[in-house]
Amino acid sequence: MKLDDIKFTDGNLQRRKILNRLMLSLCTIAAVLSVAPLLYVFFYTTFSGISALNIDFFTQLPKPVGETGGGMANSIIGTLILVTIGSLIGIPVGILSGIYVAEYSNNIFSNIIKFVTDVLSGIPSIIIGIFAYGVVVLTMGGFSALAGGFALGIIMIPTVTRTTEEMLKLVPVNLREASLALGVSRWKTSLKIVLKTASTGIITGILLSIARVAGETAPLLFTSFGNRFMSYSLTEPIDSMPVRIFNYAISPFEEWHKLAWAGAFILIFLIFILNLVVRFITRDKYSINN
Amino acid sequence: MKVILDTELKFEEHQKLKGKDSSKFAITTTDLSVHFGLKAAIKKINLKIRRNTVTSIIGPSGCGKSTLLRSLNLMHELTPRTKVTGTIKILDKDITEYDVINLRNKVGMVFQKPNPFPKMSIYENVISGYKLSGKNPSESFDDIVERCLIHSALWDEVKDRLNKPAISLSGGQQQRLCIARTIAINPEIILMDEPTSALDPLSTMKIEKLIHDFKNDYTIIIVTHNMQQAARVSDFTAFMFIGDLVEFDKTKKLFTVPTVKLTEEYITGKFG
Repeated sequence: MKLDDIKFTDGNLQRRKILNRLMLSLCTIAAVLSVAPLLYVFFYTTFSGISALNIDFFTQLPKPVGETGGGMANSIIGTLILVTIGSLIGIPVGILSGIYVAEYSNNIFSNIIKFVTDVLSGIPSIIIGIFAYGVVVLTMGGFSALAGGFALGIIMIPTVTRTTEEMLKLVPVNLREASLALGVSRWKTSLKIVLKTASTGIITGILLSIARVAGETAPLLFTSFGNRFMSYSLTEPIDSMPVRIFNYAISPFEEWHKLAWAGAFILIFLIFILNLVVRFITRDKYSINN
Repeated sequence: MKVILDTELKFEEHQKLKGKDSSKFAITTTDLSVHFGLKAAIKKINLKIRRNTVTSIIGPSGCGKSTLLRSLNLMHELTPRTKVTGTIKILDKDITEYDVINLRNKVGMVFQKPNPFPKMSIYENVISGYKLSGKNPSESFDDIVERCLIHSALWDEVKDRLNKPAISLSGGQQQRLCIARTIAINPEIILMDEPTSALDPLSTMKIEKLIHDFKNDYTIIIVTHNMQQAARVSDFTAFMFIGDLVEFDKTKKLFTVPTVKLTEEYITGKFG
């Protein structure tokens, strides 16, 4: 058959075009469906929460039942403290074990670590809370910010470990070799070349884990417990936004429901801002598009 | 034979000019074998490489060229389950007596695929050997960058955009940048692992010219798939086949009157 004999409009071209349209629309619908709940949550929370927002929300402590007004200043501070403690535990441990698994070992031990982190990331957070209760609360003799932060840190570890490992593995071998061949020691190569090249992805992973633990409620219920007053002490019970929202949401009081919405809005907003900040920090200085 | 004498003469001249009284050999290997697991990658290689010469290693794929090259700056240690027997002498000192970092400062390496550091500028790439290991050079960074980029024939093309990302350069420019980065740490030996196989003919020509110019200052070993390139750039050629060093001689001689039948068959294209 000569080239001229082939008619490009022949055969199944029409069918393929229709099929292509069909599949493309299915994909588009799926994409919209996946974003729709998120947008709905975002707008509904904004709508419901913004009316209860005022300066008191950020500066006042919770008022007793019956009194109007009041805010969540203690919960906001508490969440910041808890997430900071969690990050101090989860990020270094996660990054270092990620480096170990990706760079320094190729034996059965690293496979065990990989398997365990996978299992750990699937464990319900309430069980991590029970673990923290047993390890920290019982040992220290009471609920504390440390116990809550510890629980959050444990939850962060698997996410940070696995993203670090995946990102490090994406760094091409020839970059490592280039650095080593220049007489740069192995740990400096890991740190300054491999980790730096993978930093954007790793920071994204860290961010995801922070965003996840910032909204954790269950593990905090019996670790950091909650506190109606402002507390900066690491050994005292401390309030947190998710727990405060939970308590307000299950209460029968309209005033508290409003505050819970406002709290939820602020929590989402903080995570949103965190995303933007990290995107700004990690924007590629040397992308060719500049 | 005239050419051979030329090489000899050149070598003596270099020695006089540089005032070097030490041995004529930059690298000596004795019964060098490298095993990956149970498989022998190279077997009992005996090689003496003179200072300030260019030696090319040719041979079909999988013959152990790269393994031999990488064993000279201990890069093969990155591969797990590697076993090395025999001795390697680098600049009259046994390789085991070197700290691996000092060794790699003396024995630089240029890779097949240009691999500048993507998150660094052109300027930072040249001085990356110092920056990454935290060493302080004897001259200023500006001087190093200018000297090495001039030396690697890249200066005129990049002097106005030293702070631009290294990955904005073309492939050939990137490879010359990698060469500049390698010479910035003042090595005495440069290993090149198929440095032009990913490049276009014009860039290849530029790099071959560089190799030619570098002879005054460095000892160069280049692995290449391209026999014409070996013939063009090198003084000595080693032909390897399935882990064995089949023949090692002056390039002109190896390519015109090889002593081993296998070499002749390879360079005339009967196999490979």
